[in-house]
Amino acid sequence: MSKKTENLIKGFYDVCPLLLPVVPFGIIFGAIGIELGFGPYITYATSIIIFSGASQIVFFQLLSNGASPLIAITSSSVVSTRHLLYGAVVAQYLSKLSLIWKLFLSYLLTDQSFAVSQDYFKKNLNDKYKHYHLLGAGLTLWTVWQVTTIIGILLGSIVPEELGLTFTIPLTFLALLVNYFRKIDHLFVIFISGLLSIIFYEAPFKSYIILSSLFSLLAIFLFLKFKKKI
Amino acid sequence: MSIWISIIVAGIINYLSRLGSVLLIKPERLNESTKKILGYVPSAVFPAIIFPAVFLNETNAIVHINDPKIIGFIVAIIIGYITKNIITTIISGLISYWIVIFIF
Repeated sequence: MSKKTENLIKGFYDVCPLLLPVVPFGIIFGAIGIELGFGPYITYATSIIIFSGASQIVFFQLLSNGASPLIAITSSSVVSTRHLLYGAVVAQYLSKLSLIWKLFLSYLLTDQSFAVSQDYFKKNLNDKYKHYHLLGAGLTLWTVWQVTTIIGILLGSIVPEELGLTFTIPLTFLALLVNYFRKIDHLFVIFISGLLSIIFYEAPFKSYIILSSLFSLLAIFLFLKFKKKI
Repeated sequence: MSIWISIIVAGIINYLSRLGSVLLIKPERLNESTKKILGYVPSAVFPAIIFPAVFLNETNAIVHINDPKIIGFIVAIIIGYITKNIITTIISGLISYWIVIFIF
């Protein structure tokens, strides 16, 4: 097997466990779009054009609550700003790629594909085809998101609400942090960010994610500076 | 019609937020401290998604200490700490959550 195919398949394997919340969430999103009266085409279009579960939900919820399109666009964009941070991390590994690759891989850069691929990149610095890992993870996630949105649109909420599967979303993100559980500096950042997200939760335009992220990064920067470690 | 325009605008901004850094950041221009700080990005972003989903209820109030979500969260942390494995962390959290809501 060529290294390219191998990495592609590795990306697929690595992202598989993270699909656990993506499947019910995709179905729920499709069903919500229909329930809120957006119709099948508009609901599905957001999964291709916006392709970001959290941004799509925020967008629909605000519009259906009577918010202006401008508010809906602003909020879904603010929710999406965390990708700027993801991009900054992967940019270190993708800088030598052609423009086409960068344009395409950026479209596939989501929470889950970022999480697994940045880890792979970090451990395989000298792998010339490491970007195929992100391609594999990203395409897997994209396909599952498209298919589950369609299932939700066609079949409605076939996921019983009693199962509480939305709880798998925080569990997955928690699981993505297990490698940092034994590192005190990372625990510091995790705790600060989590605490701030509760404090900032009602901040305008759903800005609590990016605010908590930036402030906790600032906190660790100041801490390391104080300790003279950077 | 305006909904389609809104979706496309939201989509473009969303895409630019993914593309922006990938396209503009030149790694050779990043100094060592910036690279070091970027290593904390997962630890800085993910908790902001985790904490509100666990600790806040539908009305944005802080949940009770024996809420099923808290139990599932604590079990997942312990299992995650011991096993360092993504799948066992998710599954243990979900199963303990189910045990609390279905049995107790």
